[in-house]
Amino acid sequence: MPPSATPPSFGTLALRWYRLNQGRLRATAIGIAALIAFLLVWHLLTTYRVVFFVRFTNVPSPLAVYASFTKAMHDPKFLMHILLSCRRIFIGFSLAAIIGVPLGLIMGRFKLVHEIIFPVAEVLRPIPAIAWVPMAIMLWPTNEQSIVFITFLGSFFPILVNTLHGMSLVDPVLVRAAQCLGARERSIFREVYFPASLPHIFTGLTVGMGVAWVSLIAAEMISGQYGIGYFTWEAYSLVQYADIALGMIAIGVLGLGSSLLIRGAGQLVMPWRAK
Amino acid sequence: MSDIAAKEPQGHIEVRNFSLSYDGIEGPVQAVTDTQIHVKPGEFVSIVGPSGCGKSTLLNAVAGFLKPTTGIVTVDGERVNGPSAERGMVFQQYSLFPWKTVRENVEFGLKMRGMPRSQRERAARTLLGLAGLEAFEKHYPEKLSGGMKQRVGIVRALATGPKVLLLDEPFGALDAQTRVIMQQILTNMWQRLKISVLFVTHDIDEAIFLSDRVYCMTARPGSIKAEIPIPLERPRQQSMMMSSEFLALRRGLMSLIREESLKAMGGEINDMGMQGLNIELHGHSLVEVL
Ligand SMILES: Nc1ncnc2c1ncn2[C@@H]1O[C@H](COP(=O)(O)OP(=O)(O)OP(=O)(O)O)[C@@H](O)[C@H]1O
Ligand SMILES: [Mg+2]
Repeated sequence: MPPSATPPSFGTLALRWYRLNQGRLRATAIGIAALIAFLLVWHLLTTYRVVFFVRFTNVPSPLAVYASFTKAMHDPKFLMHILLSCRRIFIGFSLAAIIGVPLGLIMGRFKLVHEIIFPVAEVLRPIPAIAWVPMAIMLWPTNEQSIVFITFLGSFFPILVNTLHGMSLVDPVLVRAAQCLGARERSIFREVYFPASLPHIFTGLTVGMGVAWVSLIAAEMISGQYGIGYFTWEAYSLVQYADIALGMIAIGVLGLGSSLLIRGAGQLVMPWRAK
Repeated sequence: MSDIAAKEPQGHIEVRNFSLSYDGIEGPVQAVTDTQIHVKPGEFVSIVGPSGCGKSTLLNAVAGFLKPTTGIVTVDGERVNGPSAERGMVFQQYSLFPWKTVRENVEFGLKMRGMPRSQRERAARTLLGLAGLEAFEKHYPEKLSGGMKQRVGIVRALATGPKVLLLDEPFGALDAQTRVIMQQILTNMWQRLKISVLFVTHDIDEAIFLSDRVYCMTARPGSIKAEIPIPLERPRQQSMMMSSEFLALRRGLMSLIREESLKAMGGEINDMGMQGLNIELHGHSLVEVL
């Protein structure tokens, strides 16, 4: 450290901090401003009941939605809807990850497994999870199980495909490096293939989580009795327009929260990719 | 440290009646043919030759990644049939594990051998200290310069105390100054550990400066065109590269390689159908044209 005459004053430190974080501060400020502008436009469109191609006549205003939000917060039924949806996501997504990731790793490593499973996966993959709803209802004895199954299906394929992709991109020179340091098949799998595929595995988990929510909401709307998707659909049937928007926002927030969780987990598991 | 400071030089590489061909669409591609080389225990030997002549192929066969089509590769009398920690390798591409810190990379071979964590940590620190890298032990490779990555790569390959070290153009991607430093570091480590080194390069100065002996290969299909002993005394100084002895060796090797490179290029230019340029590009005449 150079022998500086005086320690930097609070002012200079604050200025330095500002310079370092200028970009992020700017992005945050603009983001907040944009959100406020969105709310304002929404407010104006609904209070003046604008009809311009689309009709805002029955759309609830932000204040009405806020009112139904405070009411819902004290309503155990609303919280139960949310909790149930989260549980379905948790089970369906976890199963998809627990099966999809190892299966992808094994398919990437053993040609025969790949040759057997890949064609089947390719045929099933383009079928949207929602198209599975009637089949799922036939397959599973309870409604709950069929909804979880739909959620599982939605997230399974993105996870499998991305894991496979990650495996196919593993740099062969790293495998060779491990081999001539004395690594055997098992160690190479654990120490090279798996960590090398992790970034793609996490891409798969992120995409899978998004599709899991899409599939869940659709399944709940069609066949559910509980859950945030059902809540939103029910609100429409009961002409509770403010609750429609509330349900939508809740779904958005939950989806955002779960993908943030995955991103956080990714940063924990892959410290070498931290910025 | 005891296991890396060898008592008696080991690592006698012998390659006999070696040839290797790859399977191509149009039948087998002969990469290396009728090749004999050897590296005595503790010797530093380089292989130079025109691009595509089969240097990497030969080295990969010694490492055990490729099986010879004919012939045999042995180290200390034992036949090579697969990669092993006895033969350390440094690759031209950076091959550190990005998900491991510098120290974890160096520890890798010891971990594979089942050495307990505390012991291998200590060993890795000592080695990193020797290479002047102790300050970077906790860094991930991504944060290192190219020269440092290769230095870690060399340390990692040496950590398990291999009998031989194989290097495939390890400094090819580095700038001139870094190269010189890396050559010095490699020489120091080699002299300290007394292991055999087989070094592939296309840089003639590098080959002469580092080696006890240089093999020059022919254009593809590669075989040994010449074997040149380098009688320069050790320790070698950078200033020696101006000596008449060095320059004479350089001239000799240069003309050998030039001949082969032109042969290789002549083939390629013909392949590309450039005869329409009204220049006789077949074999010898190309040599005259250039
Ligand atoms: N997997 C492969 N399949 C078919 N041909 C190959 C394969 N690998 C290398 N070859 C061919 O074999 C020849 C020798 O390749 P090799 O990589 O050993 O050459 P090299 O001397 O190391 O070249 P360079 O100086 O460019 O590194 C080349 O002509 C190359 O095209
Ligand atoms: Mg090569």
